[in-house]
Amino acid sequence: MKHLLAGAALALMSLTGGAATAEDYPERPIMMMVSYGAGGATDFQARIVTMTAGNEDALGMPIAIINKPGAGGRVGWNWFATQAEADGYTLAAYNIPHFIAQSIKGGVEYSADSFEPIANWGADPAVFVVAKDSPMNSMEDVVNYAKENPGKLTFSGAGLFVGHHIAALQLEKASGVKMAYIPTKGGGAAAMKAVIAGDVMGGVNNLSDAFRAQEAGNVKILGVFDLERNAFLPDVPTLKEQGYDIDNASVNFRGVMVPKGTPQEVIDKLAASVPEMFKNARVASKMKAGGSPMHIMTREEVQAMWAARQETLQELLAGL
Amino acid sequence: MEFLYYFGDVFTPISFGLLLLGTIGGLILGATPGLSPTMAVALLIPFTFHLAPVQGLILLGAAYTSTVAGGAVSAILLKIPGAPANIATTLDGHTMAKQGKGAQALQLSFLASAVGGVIGVLLLIFLTPVLAQWALAFGPSHLFWLAILGVTVIGSLDSASVVKGLLSGCIGLWLATIGFDDIMGAQRFIFHPALGGGINIIAALIGLFAIPQVLTMFAKGRNAANAEVIDVEKHSIMDAVRELLRRPKALSIGTITGSVIGLIPGVGGQIAGLVAYDQTKKFSSEREKFGKGHSEGVIAAESANNAMVGPSLVPLLTLSIPGSPTAAVLLGGLLIHGIFPGTDLFDNHPDVAWTFINSMLIGQVLMCLFGLYVAGLAARVAQVPQSVMAAVVLGLAVFGSYSVQSSMGDVYVMATLGVMMYFLERFGFSAAPLVLGLILGPIAEANFIQGSMIAGATDGMASYFLTGALNIVLIAIVIASIAYSVWMELRSRRYTSKEEIMA
Repeated sequence: MKHLLAGAALALMSLTGGAATAEDYPERPIMMMVSYGAGGATDFQARIVTMTAGNEDALGMPIAIINKPGAGGRVGWNWFATQAEADGYTLAAYNIPHFIAQSIKGGVEYSADSFEPIANWGADPAVFVVAKDSPMNSMEDVVNYAKENPGKLTFSGAGLFVGHHIAALQLEKASGVKMAYIPTKGGGAAAMKAVIAGDVMGGVNNLSDAFRAQEAGNVKILGVFDLERNAFLPDVPTLKEQGYDIDNASVNFRGVMVPKGTPQEVIDKLAASVPEMFKNARVASKMKAGGSPMHIMTREEVQAMWAARQETLQELLAGL
Repeated sequence: MEFLYYFGDVFTPISFGLLLLGTIGGLILGATPGLSPTMAVALLIPFTFHLAPVQGLILLGAAYTSTVAGGAVSAILLKIPGAPANIATTLDGHTMAKQGKGAQALQLSFLASAVGGVIGVLLLIFLTPVLAQWALAFGPSHLFWLAILGVTVIGSLDSASVVKGLLSGCIGLWLATIGFDDIMGAQRFIFHPALGGGINIIAALIGLFAIPQVLTMFAKGRNAANAEVIDVEKHSIMDAVRELLRRPKALSIGTITGSVIGLIPGVGGQIAGLVAYDQTKKFSSEREKFGKGHSEGVIAAESANNAMVGPSLVPLLTLSIPGSPTAAVLLGGLLIHGIFPGTDLFDNHPDVAWTFINSMLIGQVLMCLFGLYVAGLAARVAQVPQSVMAAVVLGLAVFGSYSVQSSMGDVYVMATLGVMMYFLERFGFSAAPLVLGLILGPIAEANFIQGSMIAGATDGMASYFLTGALNIVLIAIVIASIAYSVWMELRSRRYTSKEEIMA
């Protein structure tokens, strides 16, 4: 019995101990932490983009998703920054601007410096929606109403310091009028319900969810908070086209990262193979079917994007 | 009647096989503490990647239906409600099991589940457009009043004394404030990193219900176990059917409450069982038997939580808004096959939509048959020696609370709340009102703050919260509920004092 135990302990040590050498990596299945609940948009997309990880042309080992939801992602990212092992077998999904905005606001144990980006898979811009029977038909109508009734235009979004909130702040800043942003508990779905049911006059929501709601005939989409129009909605103009100085700071970028301190060879290997894995045709077709816009970026591009976002958000959130 | 055309699709060999698999697997998952219906469905999603859309949805629908019913097994036999939906089932169900009537309790719960479930799905089939309007009618002010209505139930729920019930409700309301607040951005009472996300409801349920039991069993020691071997009564299924038919009031109140409340996005599923239990108790002629192993309690709670399954999908299927966490997971299962819920689903993929709904209908019946088959066997759990039982339940409790979000933090929360509840129970407090506070707190708070933000921007608080037909109806029910409780309390006090004088 004692021998058995000792053997088991040895086996366990060899499993956990010993830094992975780059040639062998990965030699066992990899775990990816998603800081939102099962069934949410991030979780759903993370499962699709990692489903081909076990293929020989990708990592050759499957990626298992683990959910650590809570407090708008803070619980999962706190865990990832402080407790996750930096051995390359623990990845996490990031959501920009969420975690950067949260770290600027404080009260969390991470910042953009705690993580090393690997690659980006998707970009879901925020859009402005109104109920289908609303008299408002363009962003101009919305802003005009807000000008005539300062602080009385109610519009919903999923919580504070998330993409929707950033978009709301940008809209108020660019149009120079005061509006009433109503954060909801229960994410984008609850915010969308408030718009459809007429609890609020408008709302900021995810492009993918708004696209579906528009298909179902429940809402009108008035503008996209991005630099360019989106392939899913070629007829909807951006806020910029409608005369408001708003960039893509609120776009919800999703991708893969590892904790700081992960061996450089492992990071290099992941940075080379993960974007290729995202380009898989099966992944693309599933993402398209689900109405989730893909946007593949390499490690260098993501690093630049993180740095740019850090700067914009610091400025935008300074007044709050 | 369109759904009848697609019944054939459910009975193709593969579809029916998946339906059986989903139902049996769902019952087992549901009976495992900590695996809520949401988790069970989420676990199955990856398997549907490789199936056709219809088949994938059959698997998910069957699993959803039977995990809700399966939760009753651990609620009755182990007093661990697998999900908030099963809290009310423990109140009378577990007491019955302790009296050796576990088989009867399980049979009744599966039969009541099937009746409630079938009616719920029929509502989904025939009344979807009407129901969709109803689901949308509840704005922040209405949800606030609904939560307050729930609060009025707290005092009378499973406690000897109203004051103690209210006190434990308050503890629950306080626990609910822990964590990051999404609306105001505040951080409250986070004295340990494990609490950042707030108290997880499943971990809390397991701790509050299972741990005091485990401690009590350990406290009795090894010797006492021999003294109280429980005779597990055999109970024929026909008797259970007869018993169910003798209780039409409990069955109909449970089914109606479950389907009406189940519709409301974000609220329904968690409180349907408890509200139905409370209402049945208030209207019952044998009120005093509730909480002491009364069959009506089990029937009401279980018919309500399964009646909720069908209607809870209405907002998802018609408006493309997931009204519950489980519906959100199902949405993922649809999207992965490129099917958008909403008009698109019924117009362009009627085969998918109706086969899915039909499979839930047949799933309810299959679930009932399997449930009845295992009920007699499962009830023997009550004969397991207490020392063994305590260890098993403790193991399940740790496993269940860890698996919710793979976090040791939840295990600490579970253990802490459990030990606290053990001492509270010794002073006559009970877990059900505490949990109700924990569930209702965030609903009341979030909707009040949202409502007041909207009201502040528009017509003002008074008119937003106090006018409008639905608000007034809800306020009237709240007042009636309070008045009833006060009257009952006064009446029972008069009786007690008389008895005391006689003695």
